[in-house]
Amino acid sequence: MIFMSQEKREVVIPSQLLGDIKNKKAGRGTFIENGKIYAETIGVLNISSEYINVISLEGRYDPVEGDFVIGVVEEPLASSWLVDIKAPYPALLHVNEVPWDVEFNETGKYLNKGDSIMAKVLSVDMEKKLQITLNDRNLYKIKDGHIIDVEPSKVPRVIGKKGSMISLLKKYTRCRIFVGQNGRIWINGDDEDIEKVIYAIRKIEKESLAYGLTNKIEEILKKDVKDVQ
Amino acid sequence: MKPDIKLFDSDGKRLDGRKPDELREIKIEVGVLHRAEGSCYLEWGGNKAIAAVYGPREAIPRHTQNPLRAIINARYNMAAFSVEDRKRPGPDRRSREISKVISEALAKIVLTERFPRASIDVNIEILEAEAGTRCAGLTAAGVALADAGIPIRDIPVACAAGKIENQVVLDLGKDEDNHGDADLPIAISPRTNEILLMQMDGHLTLDEFDTALELAMKGCHIVSDLQKKAILKKYQNIEEV
Amino acid sequence: MTITPLIKHDYLAKLAERGKRADGREFNEFRNIEIETNIISKAEGSARVKIGNTQVVVGIKMDVGEPYSDSPESGVMTTAAELIPLASPDFEAGPPRENAIELARVVDRGIRESGVIELDKLCIEPEEKVWIVFIDIHIIDYDGNLFDAASLAALAALMTAKVPSNRLNDDETNSYEKQLEKLYSIPGVDEAIIKKQIESLKNEDFPLPLKEPPISCTSVKYNNVIVMDASLDEEEIAEARLTVATDENGDIRAMQKGLSGSFDVEEIKKVIKTSIDNGKKIREILYKNVGK
Repeated sequence: MIFMSQEKREVVIPSQLLGDIKNKKAGRGTFIENGKIYAETIGVLNISSEYINVISLEGRYDPVEGDFVIGVVEEPLASSWLVDIKAPYPALLHVNEVPWDVEFNETGKYLNKGDSIMAKVLSVDMEKKLQITLNDRNLYKIKDGHIIDVEPSKVPRVIGKKGSMISLLKKYTRCRIFVGQNGRIWINGDDEDIEKVIYAIRKIEKESLAYGLTNKIEEILKKDVKDVQ
Repeated sequence: MKPDIKLFDSDGKRLDGRKPDELREIKIEVGVLHRAEGSCYLEWGGNKAIAAVYGPREAIPRHTQNPLRAIINARYNMAAFSVEDRKRPGPDRRSREISKVISEALAKIVLTERFPRASIDVNIEILEAEAGTRCAGLTAAGVALADAGIPIRDIPVACAAGKIENQVVLDLGKDEDNHGDADLPIAISPRTNEILLMQMDGHLTLDEFDTALELAMKGCHIVSDLQKKAILKKYQNIEEV
Repeated sequence: MTITPLIKHDYLAKLAERGKRADGREFNEFRNIEIETNIISKAEGSARVKIGNTQVVVGIKMDVGEPYSDSPESGVMTTAAELIPLASPDFEAGPPRENAIELARVVDRGIRESGVIELDKLCIEPEEKVWIVFIDIHIIDYDGNLFDAASLAALAALMTAKVPSNRLNDDETNSYEKQLEKLYSIPGVDEAIIKKQIESLKNEDFPLPLKEPPISCTSVKYNNVIVMDASLDEEEIAEARLTVATDENGDIRAMQKGLSGSFDVEEIKKVIKTSIDNGKKIREILYKNVGK
């Protein structure tokens, strides 16, 4: 995850000149033309000692190897599944990458169209062919709770600095929460608590560029607890 | 073509009161649709256009996929009620041609190599038409692409210049289009001034062409500033919350 | 096709058991409705309706054409709907499919069969020239309940439409006036109204002649609950759908049941009741926005 500067949040737009390759390297969300670095997407400018990055404010999930995501099965095939992870392309989940012994042509017995899974991005090749796996800690088929969608670009805000936001949500609601890097969030707990988490996440989403967001959300969650009591 | 109506008044003003190098009024709104990944509503004089972007997503049918880059599918469509005499719904030869030249213009500025096998679908709906719909539509599409977070080298923009009563003017209105001598719509990448789309009909001398191109470029840059302001406005509003 | 996780459907069903909907609405509650009229100056009438995130634009165009041979003294109305790919990742370009055709027909029926447009007042010259009214429905943002959004937008557009009588030549105008005068002799016709209409025809400011329209309200059933004005998520799990159009007296003027599930008689009656209640509220919003 890219660190988001709290101090300065300059929004840049595509084609905006950001720097020179003599001084900095072109990072995420940028492109180089004639030795100059430009923004390729609308986003927040982030300059580190080495790189110029633009943290995109819009757009589809761009899968990176090792990302934890929530996928939805599109179609079981003979020895694999096609899974939607909100990337431009469906991801392939091979039978070798699941914790079950799946016979040829029996994939549908384990995962079917519309089933949700927590998964890890195994590989992204040159042609952007995607593979995911369930062979990692705590990855499984989701059986209860609820899944909501947020803009993938807002995932870092939902997680918060070093996970501060997510800890806050868990603390005040006792819900289990899994934030997929692809913008799908799984929430499980008491019905009332799930609703509370959804409310808070919608708030985070709406005010993702505001300052002191963590404090604001804590106030909301605190107030809510009082109301319930 | 001989003009059968006067297109300039005695002060040298045009029918709608504009000066020769003046644009019609333009209004741009970003993110107007909830379902599309990026969207833009644009009014340009009497034109009203909406653009919506979906993707990148796996191109369907498969044979349209390019293993090296994304394909751009622009679809320009006029609503039945957008013109004086009701238009039959659905694509005709004119809208197919415009869709093609807009697709090609956009393909140049999108970093298509980032998304092999994918398609980026740009839907342009003309709700009301009054000369210059392709420029309005392409300009709206440029904003919608940016709003969708599609990686682009530049925000494309379009504008036309033309000739009426032997004078080169910017951005032809309806009567000027009907009774004028030439129309030169262009789309450019405003950062580099590369020309992405160019069509011309009518009659221009080489000198007139130079003047018209320069004027259309100037128009493009004015509209480009409006596009950028509109895009940034969406995020300023959030910050003020 | 966009694929929705089944777990979202389970969640909606669980909420329903607790008497709730995902967006916090009551079962019989509509989303926020916004109506804007006269948005397309090239059209004789136009409106944009938003129900929640669903957005529909309707334009009315009128043209002089020939009447049908079986109704030589009656204007013609035609309704078309396009589910353009602008509105949803799942709408495809091309000729209208089943869903677009059903939508157009349901909207058409609600207007035609309850005689909203007074077609007998749209005859210019019997057997020769009548007004043709084109209702074109453009879906631009899809988040469920297209039937009600499209019907409402069509009504708002019709109610603000002006007959383009300036396109008629003197002979046609004279003939049209005579035709309208002929209606005096029909029992139950209010002479004053027709006089006023002839006057407005002369002034080239002739509103499309309309009767009080019925208002359409659509409910869906899932997991043994019935909800009004379904969002897209709710539509995805809907087992049965019922559209009920009611008039200002609370009478039923059109119905359409859809999808493969069923309702029992009690449920139907309940849906009719909530459709009448919501119809009243929507009628107020509509009238306020068309300046009636």
